[in-house]
Amino acid sequence: MAEQLPRLEMTNIVKEFPGVKALSDVQLRLYPGEVHALMGENGAGKSTLIKVLTGVYPIDQGTVTLEGNPVHISSPLKAQEHGITTVYQEVNLCSNLSVTENIFIGREIKKYGRLAWKEMHQRAEKLLERLQLKIDVTKLLSSYSVAIQQMVAIARALNVSAKILILDEPTSSLDRDEVQQLFAVMRQLKKDGLAIVFVSHFLDQIFEITDRLTVLRNGEWIGEYKTAEISRMDLVSKMIGKELEEMEAISSKNTGNTTESTQSFLQADEVGLKGKVEPFDLEMRKGEIVGLAGLLGSGRTEMARVLFGADKKDKGKIKVNGKEAHFSSPRNAILYKIGFCSENRKTEGIIPELTVRENMILAIQSVYGWFRYLSKAKQMKIADEYIQLLNINPANPEQLIKNLSGGNQQKVMLARWLVTDPDLLILDEPTRGIDIGAKTEIMKLMTKLSKENKSILFISSEIEEILRTCDRIAVLRDRKKVKEFDNDGKLTQQDVMKEMAGGG
Amino acid sequence: MKAIIKSRLFWPILVLMLILLINLFFDSSFFSMEIRNGRLTGSLIDILNRGAPLILISIGMTLVIATKGIDLSVGSVIAMSGAIGAMTVASADGTGLGPLLMAIGLSLLICTFVGGWNGLLVSRVGVQPIVATLILMVAGRGVAQLITGGQITTVYYDPYSFIGGGYLLALPFSIFIAAFVFLIAVLLTRKTALGLFIESVGSNPDASRLAGINSKNIMLMVYMFSGFCAGVGGLILSSNVMSADGNNAGLWFELDAILAVVIGGTSLMGGRFYLTGTVIGALIIQSLTTTIYSIGIPAETNLVVKALVVLIVCLLQSPEFRRKVFGFGKVKGAGEQKGKEGATLL
Repeated sequence: MAEQLPRLEMTNIVKEFPGVKALSDVQLRLYPGEVHALMGENGAGKSTLIKVLTGVYPIDQGTVTLEGNPVHISSPLKAQEHGITTVYQEVNLCSNLSVTENIFIGREIKKYGRLAWKEMHQRAEKLLERLQLKIDVTKLLSSYSVAIQQMVAIARALNVSAKILILDEPTSSLDRDEVQQLFAVMRQLKKDGLAIVFVSHFLDQIFEITDRLTVLRNGEWIGEYKTAEISRMDLVSKMIGKELEEMEAISSKNTGNTTESTQSFLQADEVGLKGKVEPFDLEMRKGEIVGLAGLLGSGRTEMARVLFGADKKDKGKIKVNGKEAHFSSPRNAILYKIGFCSENRKTEGIIPELTVRENMILAIQSVYGWFRYLSKAKQMKIADEYIQLLNINPANPEQLIKNLSGGNQQKVMLARWLVTDPDLLILDEPTRGIDIGAKTEIMKLMTKLSKENKSILFISSEIEEILRTCDRIAVLRDRKKVKEFDNDGKLTQQDVMKEMAGGG
Repeated sequence: MKAIIKSRLFWPILVLMLILLINLFFDSSFFSMEIRNGRLTGSLIDILNRGAPLILISIGMTLVIATKGIDLSVGSVIAMSGAIGAMTVASADGTGLGPLLMAIGLSLLICTFVGGWNGLLVSRVGVQPIVATLILMVAGRGVAQLITGGQITTVYYDPYSFIGGGYLLALPFSIFIAAFVFLIAVLLTRKTALGLFIESVGSNPDASRLAGINSKNIMLMVYMFSGFCAGVGGLILSSNVMSADGNNAGLWFELDAILAVVIGGTSLMGGRFYLTGTVIGALIIQSLTTTIYSIGIPAETNLVVKALVVLIVCLLQSPEFRRKVFGFGKVKGAGEQKGKEGATLL
């Protein structure tokens, strides 16, 4: 393959923003028919590199050649003309339009000046068939799951005669089967000669699907490797640039310190909500981390929302510290010292127009009420403390949160709840879409909190993460709690997965 | 210099100054003030005095818009307030303050209450703000017409004229009312967490609820406050003319108020709000009206000229427009802005 002419070659790319060198001397080579992973932590420069490649930002220095010819990609439109298309992490489609409309928007097929709907529908169906998807293309996009919406986004990208397809964290909101479906599609496209850039934080997926990978760190080019020839540990240490002792310290199982605490903080008795989650029992003991495992749609988020009062339960009782508690709103739950970090950062987490500082103090301020306003000095102290603790970048409390990267926004959300010093913290996919360094930080933080006798309810799609950190694991399937395991050290991923999949 | 241009208040203030300077050009005594019968008089005072109702209403509107809402009913609430006030004192005479206090209390209470009705529809029932307040916009004017019987009711009770026409420390009393309400609004929103909560709810209501903010109560409150402000404005207007006119009082005020808020830099998409900007916006609109009359432009052109100036202010506030037309830091400015996004997207 190395003899072949690369489809794309970027050399000595430099991109500077005021005060920051986002990319210094970075290179990237893509060959036709390969899946190429772009690896690096948050802030390594992956997004910037992609934006440079797709013409969102102009480059300061360096050359880009397409199939040997130097090109100047000055705008996203130009990039599309060159056959470079991107599917972003957060699906950028219009959910109130039909599937066909989404695929053809901006380049509708016309006949005699009128829209040729029939042809567009047929073409859309064909495109989706190539992605092994058979759906009614006349229906609204919002009537389909996120996974299918993602496929539609890919179909839209393919509709432009694509040569290079960039998938920026396409798997972060997909479940296991859907990821496999996506991979099947990627393999097919690879066979068709497409060069695919794949960005993902899931190492398993990287090793499963990619051929080669380029590692970036702090805007610098670290190296290009064949996926088959690099070990996981090597890759991770190249990405974070330090040895892995720290990580291993955490990956040693947490089960040794199973606190034999019998004091329960929260007790859910036959709690349920019709159409969301079947009645379940759950006990959260002090100093305990409980994992919720289950596929997407298994009811794990719904369970968390009911426990937090975000959705009102219609069955059962919740006891806090032995006394019955009535949650009718998140506010009540917060007053009972419960915190909930939602998985939908964008819609249920951040307040985009407010600063990092304001986002951080929001929950604690709502506990204090509107009259007892935290002094500016106190707010700054809180913000500075947590920016440092969680290593939030940029370290500017007055930055609007919408300008932060996803990982850093997540950290601010975490800070918002840590500030309230909750006795029970519900974390719904806190590690999704963030880099290994930050993941490690969050895991460490969880362990620390549990040592301080706080309880944590941890929801994650990564069973490995759950096994590593949790004392007990509850498994949900089809909106029902089906099993509860003690993580005694003998429990394996297979055991948990079997329960998640069911029927076995 | 750059920091000054970037300040949200720069362009509105500049336009306000320009309008005043144009006045000075046509009338060299425009800025002069003198004390006549213990009252400070002059065009500037006049603008402040006449602008007081609009300032009041715009302040209420600002908070509503900050929650991503809008209040179309303020004009009708003005009519209601005036009608209630005037009818309460209609049969009173003499100089006793009883009827006056009664009129103020009754009309403010009812206006706050109908504002709360808007708030309930929006926050509890989930009606869209534009629809909910449209209902009151229609109903409110109807109620005002019912109260006044469709006639212009004249008031012969002297103390009533003090609200809009009285003087305190040589200044019109209405200026004090506007300043007082402005001060209260600023203190409540900036010295307590209320402002933060309003901006939070306006920017992302779902996330605010999950952070423990009682979004519904916040919304209810801003609509009540808007109703209250419209009530005060209505009393001033009715007291100015010593009558109640259910048909015409407060007509189109909601549009002027929305314009004032937008000129002041608050986005209709909710989130951040700027009370000082709103006051300047209201003053721009008021001084425009005064200017048009004072420099002898036919009154019929009032609305057209007003629209033009508002358009200019809005365009000036758009960085995109400034860059295109004036080439303000053309390359550097563009790079900088992208840079800012980029640096933080890393």
